[in-house]
Amino acid sequence: MPFIPHTESDIAAMLASIGAPSTDALFDEIPAELNCGGLPGIPEGLSEMAVTRLMHGRAARDGFYTSFLGAGAYEHHIPAAVWQIVTRGEFYSAYTPYQAEASQGTLQLLYEYQTMMAGLTGLDVSNASLYDGASALAEAVLMAVRANKANIRRVLVPATVHPRYLAVTRTTVKNQGIELVTVPYDKATGATDLAALEALVGDPAAGLVIPQPNFFGVLEPVDALTDWAHAHNMLAIAVVNPLALALLKPPGSPSQPSPASGGGQGWGEKGADICVGDGQPLGVPLSSGGPYFGFMTARQALVRQMPGRIVGRTVDLDGQPGFALTLQAREQHIRRSKATSNICTNQGLLVTAATIHMALMGPEGLKNVALASHANTRELVAKLSAVPGVERVFPGPFFHEAVIRVNIPVPDVLRALRAQGILGGYELGRDYPELADCILVCATETRTDDDLAQYAQQLERILSRRREAPPCAYKS
Amino acid sequence: MLIFEHAHPGRRAHAQAPFGAPAADDLPVEALRRTPPPLPETSELDVVRHYTRLSQKNFSIDTQFYPLGSCTMKYNPRACNSLAMLPQFLSRHPLADADTGQGFLASMHELQEMLKEVTGMAAVSMAPMAGAHGEFAGVAMIRAYHDARGDTARREIIVPDAAHGTNPATASMCGYTVREIPTDRQGNVDLEALKAAVGPQTAGLMLTNPSTLGVFEQTIVAIQKIVHEAGGLSYYDGANLNAILGRVRPGDMGFDVIHMNLHKTFSTPHGGGGPGAGPVGVSERLRPFLPIPFVVEERGFFRWAEEADCPQSIGRMSAFGGNMGVLLRAWVYARMLGGQGMQRVAEFAALNANYLAAELNKAGFVLAYPERRASHEFIVTLKKLKDETGVSAMDFAKRLLDYGFHAPTTYFPMLVPECLLIEPTETESKETLDAFVAAMVAVKREAEGQPELVKSAPHKLPARRLDDVKAARELDLVWKP
Repeated sequence: MPFIPHTESDIAAMLASIGAPSTDALFDEIPAELNCGGLPGIPEGLSEMAVTRLMHGRAARDGFYTSFLGAGAYEHHIPAAVWQIVTRGEFYSAYTPYQAEASQGTLQLLYEYQTMMAGLTGLDVSNASLYDGASALAEAVLMAVRANKANIRRVLVPATVHPRYLAVTRTTVKNQGIELVTVPYDKATGATDLAALEALVGDPAAGLVIPQPNFFGVLEPVDALTDWAHAHNMLAIAVVNPLALALLKPPGSPSQPSPASGGGQGWGEKGADICVGDGQPLGVPLSSGGPYFGFMTARQALVRQMPGRIVGRTVDLDGQPGFALTLQAREQHIRRSKATSNICTNQGLLVTAATIHMALMGPEGLKNVALASHANTRELVAKLSAVPGVERVFPGPFFHEAVIRVNIPVPDVLRALRAQGILGGYELGRDYPELADCILVCATETRTDDDLAQYAQQLERILSRRREAPPCAYKS
Repeated sequence: MLIFEHAHPGRRAHAQAPFGAPAADDLPVEALRRTPPPLPETSELDVVRHYTRLSQKNFSIDTQFYPLGSCTMKYNPRACNSLAMLPQFLSRHPLADADTGQGFLASMHELQEMLKEVTGMAAVSMAPMAGAHGEFAGVAMIRAYHDARGDTARREIIVPDAAHGTNPATASMCGYTVREIPTDRQGNVDLEALKAAVGPQTAGLMLTNPSTLGVFEQTIVAIQKIVHEAGGLSYYDGANLNAILGRVRPGDMGFDVIHMNLHKTFSTPHGGGGPGAGPVGVSERLRPFLPIPFVVEERGFFRWAEEADCPQSIGRMSAFGGNMGVLLRAWVYARMLGGQGMQRVAEFAALNANYLAAELNKAGFVLAYPERRASHEFIVTLKKLKDETGVSAMDFAKRLLDYGFHAPTTYFPMLVPECLLIEPTETESKETLDAFVAAMVAVKREAEGQPELVKSAPHKLPARRLDDVKAARELDLVWKP
């Protein structure tokens, strides 16, 4: 019993106090026929040393790869201080800050986080996190429908939104009779097709989702899309990479522009109304997919429609500033079946990491990471495009991902690269059949010149050998 | 002081940002940010000191006893953290092919299998990222099951009045209406009310067992019969699984679908509000609807199941499959405990709860259900104290903070007036429990002698009682210089 402190004499004294003959007697209200009599199918317990040995072996087996995979999860440098502070017991093992006086550390941190996210996205208010970027988009869609006074239950979603985000949104909203209408992309540019959007004018919608950058890494015409949404009485829902916002224009234009809110130069005339995304690029390791965190910011007018926890600054009995969870009447533990969402536990510890990360990077550091990632991807695309048999697909500007086309089957290329310790990118054919010969590549600031050269060299070798060799040469 | 107030223009953590990145001269000017993002400009030491100091303003399991009912605040073993943070696991990309992550996936598969064994369910998916997320998956599966049979008239989910708020909120999110049923005087579901509530409109029942009242539903077998005979399915809210781990399995109790809170029962950290993990388990008839992904094994090779594997799945719940790092921590915990260790969890959680209840009762506290065995938690009602002294459960809880104990859960479940829901967990020693009883007694004495002292508590914390009304009326959610 690895974590149970009781001695034999403790047990005897405690049973005597209870007046029970044995610990078994404490279960005497449970119908005897339900007792499963133990868990024979669970392996025997191991010491910490034995588990450590086992786990180290498995980790070593998985090893390390040089990754050019992005597609919604990005490898970035994380300052050592971030996770050393995050895993301090006072953050790591604290409960949700319902007892405000005993949680001022977490609450102040969340208030600082809300301030940072509002500033980064150019909006007025932020919640304290959602599960991930995909579920944040789902919540934003629900929020747009709730905020729609005409009870229009339709939202437009470009095909350039992350396909998994769309899948999660579908899972979340389908039982509430909400229709998601796909807006096709322009095959030449890889950006949302404005003409196709115009064709959807006849059917009113509550919101238009606008990704920036989009799933292909391409920059969308966000000004035109935002203005179009507002011209047709829709909320503009931005889905962004938060790192990109250190470089790119923020979606929102705050109600009261100030230096702290980024100056008020958002998308289009009025700026986006809701902004969501995944906070993983802000100090959260890849970790096979999670835990990450979803963020959500919005205009002040929408704050009561927001899901999830929100921290407010207030004063205590002595008039000293302090922090508390607020607007809890939106939430499930108060409003029950009428709550804005069922969300309770969210991703607090990841927000702790992101806040410390953003504070360490500062405005210039974060921008430099964005610039370095952009420059590396530019260089990668140039190198790969020079390889015979490779071409760049969408010609316009991109952030830190781009699409290339190869002239032999993508799975074969990626497998051959993997054999050289390289994760070559994302196979777009998994979601876009028309792009079956395409790879989405990404080179963040963590990739070196040598990494980029290695990728190009290996790709050239693979493609040239394939042209000369019989087609089965790379089947494993 | 806020981090923004520590900032000075031009100061930075020089070690962190990459040097010499070229300008993005290929991007159109209208796409670029005109002013830098309003993040603080600070040194590395500024940041480390600020957040270390903030951490010291928190209560946490590592520093305090948390008898927080329904939250299972047990010790979070450190090895779970260090092993989940091995660099190979941290650097693994979620979309990397399965052949690059067989060590990781083997652990995920083992955890999935252990959770099946622990719950007695036919299949498990670990996709949901928190308890409420698991609830959503569970109720969505109930709906998918009825819909697949063309049984679309079932529009109601039955929820006992003592249920967690997430239960009715989840039913609403799945497009159902909620019908609440009362609890009888013994703390059990009122069977007559349940019989009256079920019918052709019943999609299912959501139940926590042991309930949030801290007692085992003794009529669980009868409850299942009533719901199933009406054509409904039964949902097990696993919030209180710690109480019965290795003793009674939800599957053996006849539940069709369940969720577990790994951040409770499997001791992954609460992290100041997450991340959690809320795996779901199902009986055979709900297997086709499980959320993706889950791990499948094919001749010793592990991979995630995708859309093509399960066409009837309710779908994806997250972009990349779930809170993997939390699941790894749960795996380490489960392997350290083993089957016997898991049984002892429930045994000692029950011992601690019943001991604490007995000692508090002897010290003059009123138990809400004195004639019942406590499960892993129990309720004290302070109604008499409130009537006599004006000191509320909230005041009492705040004063306990001054004594260095986190407050128990207050005002939940709502049907017991002025309640404290107390869950000590199995990892606390007898001395800690005795010290807590002493603090409870001391606060009670203070309430009787100096009620104002208790009503204005806490006095020794980083902040005194906060003005919630002001917080909500004069919203200040974002700092402005």
